[in-house]
Amino acid sequence: MADQELPTRERISVLDRAVQRVLGQPIDRTDGPAKVTGDARYAFEMAAKDALYGHILTVQIGAGTIRSIDATAARTAPGVVAVLIDDDRLPADAVNSFDKPKSWRLGREIEFFGQGFGVVVATSAEAARAAAALVKVDYAPRTGRFDPDLSKPEEHEPEGLRPAVHTGDFDAAFDGAAYRYDAVFTTPIHFPAAMEPQATLARWEDDRLILHSSLQSTGGATKAIARALDIKADRIRVIAPFVGGGFGGKTSVGAEAIYAAIAAKETGHPVKIVQTRRQTAHLAHHRAPTRQRVRIATDAEGHIRAFGHNSVIAQRHDRWFIEPVHIGTTHLYAGAARSMGVDVVRANHPTSGAVRSPGEACGTLAIEVAMDEAAEALGLDPIEFRRRNEPGASPVDGKPFGTRKLVECYDEGARRFGWDRRNPVPASVREGDWLIGTGMAAAIRSNITVEARANITLHPDGSALVETDMTDIGTGTYTILMQVVAEALGLSPDKVRVAIGDSTLPRSAGSGGSFGASSSSSAAALACQDIARTLAARMGVDAGDMTLQEGHAIAANRRVPLTELLAGEAVRADGHAKPGDHTNAHVSASYGAHFAEVAVSATTGEVRVRRMTGVFDIGRVLNEKTARSQILGGMIWGIGSVLHEDGMIDARTGQFTNPDFGEYHIATHADSPPIDIHFIEAVDDLANEAGAKGVGELGNSGAGAAVANAIYNATGIRIHDYPITLDKLIDALPED
Amino acid sequence: MHFTINGTKYDADPDIRTSLLDLLREHLGLTGSKKGCDHGQCGACTVLVNGRRINSCLTLAVMHQDDEITTIEGIGTPDNLAPLQSAFVRHDGFQCGYCTPGQICSATGMLDEAKKGWPSHVSESLDGDIALSDEEIRERMSGNLCRCSAYPNIVDAIREIAGEDA
Repeated sequence: MADQELPTRERISVLDRAVQRVLGQPIDRTDGPAKVTGDARYAFEMAAKDALYGHILTVQIGAGTIRSIDATAARTAPGVVAVLIDDDRLPADAVNSFDKPKSWRLGREIEFFGQGFGVVVATSAEAARAAAALVKVDYAPRTGRFDPDLSKPEEHEPEGLRPAVHTGDFDAAFDGAAYRYDAVFTTPIHFPAAMEPQATLARWEDDRLILHSSLQSTGGATKAIARALDIKADRIRVIAPFVGGGFGGKTSVGAEAIYAAIAAKETGHPVKIVQTRRQTAHLAHHRAPTRQRVRIATDAEGHIRAFGHNSVIAQRHDRWFIEPVHIGTTHLYAGAARSMGVDVVRANHPTSGAVRSPGEACGTLAIEVAMDEAAEALGLDPIEFRRRNEPGASPVDGKPFGTRKLVECYDEGARRFGWDRRNPVPASVREGDWLIGTGMAAAIRSNITVEARANITLHPDGSALVETDMTDIGTGTYTILMQVVAEALGLSPDKVRVAIGDSTLPRSAGSGGSFGASSSSSAAALACQDIARTLAARMGVDAGDMTLQEGHAIAANRRVPLTELLAGEAVRADGHAKPGDHTNAHVSASYGAHFAEVAVSATTGEVRVRRMTGVFDIGRVLNEKTARSQILGGMIWGIGSVLHEDGMIDARTGQFTNPDFGEYHIATHADSPPIDIHFIEAVDDLANEAGAKGVGELGNSGAGAAVANAIYNATGIRIHDYPITLDKLIDALPED
Repeated sequence: MHFTINGTKYDADPDIRTSLLDLLREHLGLTGSKKGCDHGQCGACTVLVNGRRINSCLTLAVMHQDDEITTIEGIGTPDNLAPLQSAFVRHDGFQCGYCTPGQICSATGMLDEAKKGWPSHVSESLDGDIALSDEEIRERMSGNLCRCSAYPNIVDAIREIAGEDA
């Protein structure tokens, strides 16, 4: 087994020596033909004989208790097989492996609107849904906290994903500075809103549970499911070969999976449950609303002496996750005095959790606008201000950075975008009824290395199979794992098969936190290194002296087909990558720079993004095409979050007033401008064996702020209360 | 009841409450059409009924006995992709793939609408030929949401095919 703590300085990367020229290439997705023909089957679409349908029952008040439930009419309705209520295991919402089960086992206590309390199981989806409407619930309501005041935090910097940062004497550094910036920003609730709602088909084979479920991890999910059902994880198999988007919302196990498992056991039939779109808003987690105070103090030349990023977020009771608002800010700019942390207000809201780029997505909407305002006040170009504050090492503790091409991203982005043609004076460029402006912002996303395993089999016919329980949630896992193995073993792409999305395969990190591709690629590369050593031994040479190319091993003036070296027997290796000492000895992140041009209607305040440019440092580019697509999607997500996305809770009832696509607006085709994307590739030897850093969450870090800064340049209006909708602009628009 | 889907006759006896989408997915095993919202808000369920694109979640199956229905399965297969489908693959016009069948069915219907000269909100004129600019494509495809936001790549794929047709 190639078992390596990552990274070690002595490593010999099989990828660095490889010559197959597959890795990094813009190869079409290998699962593309299945996806464009409808041949790819998602969780709810798996065939199961005599499957029943479940419809989840949810409470219709926001706080109180359930006094009684009358399911008599539902139980006798046509097609109904069972109505399950009052089972302590039925979760209020999603389950996970880090919260205590009591956080989702709420029984008859009502913590938030829309929490689940039962399920109707019937022979058709229509029958289950109709019968669910017949269940009568008598409530004892109490006054809930539906409109939490984020200016009055209750819990000070509780332990969360990212520790608070307090270095230097912040107050002294801030108060004594030549220039001081101090402002408050608010960001609203964001939904992950994957196109495929949470869905599960559950069936039992004796005492073994098989779940086809829309989840971002398979093996990792078995632990949470085991806790929810009070059974052992090794009796659970999770299968998810195709997942219709995750964006963080499928990192936890959807309530429907647990309901389906219990219902399948009770009825003896396979049971299918999909959350309705409106249920997903309440049963799956959202990104917490935030209130962020940003303080920047500089000397007269614009060198930052103190940086403060102090936030308050809302979370429901008993949930551990705290939106890590300052995660990107921690290491982004210079400043010896730092004060960064997150306080919490508890609310009767559905659970808040990790949504695409937790921390950076909402944090950059504040700090990257604050940087723009500070630069202007100091009379500096926003890029020059950032350049002056580019730290050479971590400003927190002096740890070295891994590859950090942030300044190069600014420069290349500025060149491609035409930043030098910008008029920095706000509201000075006009085309008819449209006010034109440009803006920029930095992008940062912490890079995380996570333990991952992969098995590789090199078959006697010279083809390879890579197996890991990773998922492909649209991220391109099928394709990039093929590329890593083809590159490392010198095989053509059609010779490599990728088996993922099944918890019976070797345990990976799953998809989340942008660590999936780099972690699973590292495990695969390590396994390939083992196989290369075996082949080299058969060639009678050191692995370092052998080249694998086009199905041949080349060394010592010999070129031997792999089929000959294998001599009828498969070679198998297990790769196991995990964080090591070096992981904690340096600061790893992906970086980038966004540039945006907007047009704002001088009459209505309508904002149209006309074009964007983004330049990024993601370490090694595993597939130029899929990496670009992930960034593209992130940047457009940024447009949606700065202009449209706003999850609203009714302050009287605690109910989401816009829990579907009709009222919660994500970016559409018409909102998406031409976008120029460029990578500054630098293999990050410190990050991991693959030399790759996270991509999926980088694109939406900072993208919205670039648009906000462009709106200011177009209109002279700063809006700190997101999203920037036209009603917030219209009264302040410049006169003709 | 009888249904004609992708040129094949199917017998089915759907509940009167069953949507066309659920008939396809739950009764006939044609799971290529996707359910993203069940409210006509996302477009993932788009199919062609007598050549016109509709949200199959917003229409009842029992209304379609005499119609010619085309789903993504009738547009092409993995071994025999339609030109639009291979353009989606080449231009990476999808990531998770869940909205993709709807995008492709919608684009197929949209290209036909443009060919017939149907104007859109952004058309210069209500009469005459439609030149499918990027702006026209974006406007006409905005009923199909993609949370992965592959939108620019989808437009690239459609533009390529529209250009070939012209």
